[in-house]
Amino acid sequence: MATIEISCLEVWREISNYLDEEISHEMRERMEAHFKACAHCNAVLDGTRNVVGLVGDGRLFQMPEGFNKRLYKKIQGLP
Amino acid sequence: MSMTQSQLRANEAELIKSVCDGEREAFYELTRPYERMIYATAISVVKNPADAEEVAQEAVLKAFSNLSSFRAESKFSTWLVQITYNEAKMKLRKARPHLYESIDDPQPSEDADYWPKDFADWRPISSELFERDEVRQAIQNATNSLSHIYREVYVLRDVQNLSTKETATILGISEGAVKIRLLRARLQMRDTLAPGIDGCWVKGQPYQKVRPW
Repeated sequence: MATIEISCLEVWREISNYLDEEISHEMRERMEAHFKACAHCNAVLDGTRNVVGLVGDGRLFQMPEGFNKRLYKKIQGLP
Repeated sequence: MSMTQSQLRANEAELIKSVCDGEREAFYELTRPYERMIYATAISVVKNPADAEEVAQEAVLKAFSNLSSFRAESKFSTWLVQITYNEAKMKLRKARPHLYESIDDPQPSEDADYWPKDFADWRPISSELFERDEVRQAIQNATNSLSHIYREVYVLRDVQNLSTKETATILGISEGAVKIRLLRARLQMRDTLAPGIDGCWVKGQPYQKVRPW
């Protein structure tokens, strides 16, 4: 059975769900066929994946120095 | 060794019981693993470190006084982040009452499709890149440049790795809305960061855009 083609715009709409694996098997196949043929969508996919990986690293928001101590003090100060 | 979800829950339930029985030390143990999460949530709304710290403290104190009302249907972390998010929004309203409306009413049109602007190939990004202050700063600036409705979803989902469901619960929006906003945020982040991340930060080379049209 032939995979039904989809447009770049449709691919962009689903690209985030694709990365999260929250799409149907059928849609996944269509998108994969599109990525094979479309360098631009491939670039969008790679870049988006990179961004997701980069910020998920956990080091983005560094807590201010002494945050923990001050918080502890607040808790201790509770009536 | 990391705990399984059910071990974690059981352990937290134990700690919550101890706190309710008057052991304050247990509360510290209970919230400590989530300090970064609380802080990140706060700063994603209020944007500056001093306000974020204040919000985080208020949220933790509020969690302490309301701990007996915590119901185990939701995860403790979700509950804590939800309190933090509400505190942060309150802080913002107090600080900027003229923006009160815009905090709740999404202004950017959510239905409009976002068209990626940049089609250059990306090299895989190494995690060492993250050690560099200017890279972290660029990512923070890009995050701050998102509209608040996108930024909140983005920080909960991608920075804190919460699930779609948890994010929807915390923000009080549908899971569908979480997905749509996350898509928009990710594509926009990619466009904002592309000029710095295609390798020129690492290799000191000029950015080479490849435009399809």
